[in-house]
Amino acid sequence: MGVNQTLFRGAHIVDPASRWDGPGELLVRNGKVAELKRRIAVGEDCEVIHAAGLILTPGLIDMHVHLREPGREDEETIESGCRSAVAGGFTGVACMPNTEPVNDSETVTRFILEKARAAALAHVYPVGAISRGSNGEKLAEIGEMAKAGARAVSDDGQPVMNAQLMRRAMEYASMLDIPVIDHCEDRNLAGDGCMNEGEASIRLGLKGIHCCAEDVQVARDIILAEVTGARVHIAHLSSARSLELVSRAKEKSIPITCEVTPHHFSLADEDIPDYDPNFKMNPPLRNRQDVRSLLAGLADRSVDAIASDHAPHNPNEKMLDFQSAPFGVLGLETTLPLAITYLIRKKVIGWGRLVELLSSGPARILGLPGKGSLKLGCDADITVIDPRPAWKIEGARFQSRSRNTPFEGWKVYGRCAGTMVAGRWVFRSFKGIERWRD
Amino acid sequence: MPLNRPHLLGIEDLEPAEIELILKTAESFREISARPIKKVPALRGKTVINLFFEPSTRTRSSFEIAAKRLSADTINFSASTSSASKGETLLDTAKNLQSMAPDALVIRHSASGTPLVLSKHLKTVVINAGDGMHEHPTQALLDMLTIREHKKRLKGLKVAIIGDILHSRVARSNIYGLTKMGARVWLCGPSTLMPGQFRQFGVKLTWDLREALENADVAMMLRIQQERQQENFFPSVKEYFDLFGLDRQKLRVAKPDVLVMHPGPINRGVEISSDVADGEFSVILEQVTNGIAVRMALLYLLLLPGASTKVVWE
Repeated sequence: MGVNQTLFRGAHIVDPASRWDGPGELLVRNGKVAELKRRIAVGEDCEVIHAAGLILTPGLIDMHVHLREPGREDEETIESGCRSAVAGGFTGVACMPNTEPVNDSETVTRFILEKARAAALAHVYPVGAISRGSNGEKLAEIGEMAKAGARAVSDDGQPVMNAQLMRRAMEYASMLDIPVIDHCEDRNLAGDGCMNEGEASIRLGLKGIHCCAEDVQVARDIILAEVTGARVHIAHLSSARSLELVSRAKEKSIPITCEVTPHHFSLADEDIPDYDPNFKMNPPLRNRQDVRSLLAGLADRSVDAIASDHAPHNPNEKMLDFQSAPFGVLGLETTLPLAITYLIRKKVIGWGRLVELLSSGPARILGLPGKGSLKLGCDADITVIDPRPAWKIEGARFQSRSRNTPFEGWKVYGRCAGTMVAGRWVFRSFKGIERWRD
Repeated sequence: MPLNRPHLLGIEDLEPAEIELILKTAESFREISARPIKKVPALRGKTVINLFFEPSTRTRSSFEIAAKRLSADTINFSASTSSASKGETLLDTAKNLQSMAPDALVIRHSASGTPLVLSKHLKTVVINAGDGMHEHPTQALLDMLTIREHKKRLKGLKVAIIGDILHSRVARSNIYGLTKMGARVWLCGPSTLMPGQFRQFGVKLTWDLREALENADVAMMLRIQQERQQENFFPSVKEYFDLFGLDRQKLRVAKPDVLVMHPGPINRGVEISSDVADGEFSVILEQVTNGIAVRMALLYLLLLPGASTKVVWE
């Protein structure tokens, strides 16, 4: 029988749920957290991990990714996406339903969970479609998907224009106690725009998407959330006005949450270099003022989660001109270093808040018991972070099957050193291990 | 001084001295087109490819004639924009053309930024002949040449650019060029087609055609595309002409020697009345003539980088 106990020593442990942010020792037994204390005696047949200089957090959860399987396995598979996730420090990902076919049935939901189980890397939380085929007309079989394991519903990428359908979806989802995640975009306002409408789009001569296309849908969703009482989560919130709307709704205790992507807090529309389609995503990069508001929101708790909107694309498609290229950028392997570089090192937030945004926040929104915390009895999903190294982002080194990152060549700080899921290492780049027998 | 750049991608990054050089060179080339034998050997042995992804008669012919009058060999390569949807990328197109060893590529494409992106992958000289809603630098240069021919200067002139500013690459290039050369630029058009962000360029905006034309030295009309009506940018052609179309009556507030310009092709009765288009203030056909001189100057300066401003033939 192998070792079934692991003791972490020397690490700085950050777990807001346990109010822990300092040196500590953590014992993992049978895939669960057995103890979190200042000092733990080494037990019998225990593996000891010397983690001096490293930071230990509850497993990070990326609540917005596109794994592309089924349908576009040339861009990503559930297996490659999970490999990318664990290399980026994520022990869980919520995958959006815009696959081919769309995840609008329990069959597809079960297929995704099967594949994820076979990959045995990160947990995968399928997000079911709101409407059949995500075509915005008929409600999908949300109840059956939820029974099969879907953790939320969304027509991400195909914004729900019909407010009545959205209202019904919210009412229905609240009965099942799952959140509705909305990609807020009024399609008429967005038109065939390809970047944020503003001074930069005027200068570049590219068709713009005004942030009001996002804002009006956020406002609609807030009203519908208040009316239905459903838990509503705004995906990839990108504009200052949308954030203001969400903050005000929270003051009224309307059950609304939101996420922000790393590209929206680290880049603005004016940063798009030479019409590079790797800077094209939806919602588009907004202006500096919006970026400043998002940074403030990340700090003051009006933002609930950081999510990558990991959207792999075939390199051939990203070689088209800016207007013709598809929307979307990778994120799983750059989110943590960007957060460390642009949020922690620039003193926008501290480690405790980062763990809320990347772990306990998503766990709470998705309703994942035993996740997002290192309390006694929680699942031993653990991310080990080395906050020090300076390194250069290179798409060619990604575990993802795709390469479409706007951060190519960026110098960042900090990275995932190890990822443990249910007490088992699924990614590890540091040593410091020792067998112990008292 | 020589033109210190490998390509002409836009007016935005040109120095005023470079614009001056191009205009001076164009002025000295104008005379060639008036000769009985309209050809000089300056670019003999050079190959110019006109790569047009968008329909164009005037600009393409103008570039072709300009190259031929300088004795360059020209090839017209009309590619359909749908090649992108067939899977051929810009990079493939660029690499294929590179292999044919041309000296210059004159590119027009409906996607903004295409000449810039291609120039990064090519050793060949790239000349932007119009990219999407971004820039149309040779049009702005020929416009400035035409204005200067009549007014002897650009500095201090009031130039009103009128029409669909939002979608116009001609407007953008002219805004850059004219403001760099010291002209006072006014933009006028329906609010839907003239976003406030144009103020970043140091120009004045007005929805009142009368204000734009008052004491104007130049009225530069832009082509209005009929499909903008379907997109609800304005309610009808009739109303558009009523509010923003140029006719003799409205032109009265301008300077007595006002120049009426249009990049063509004109929509008679939509943005400009026939009597103004064909009238005594119109220099629309001179613009076309000057287009050849400007394009000759650019090909000359870009393909013979060591060449001097003073052009002496035989």
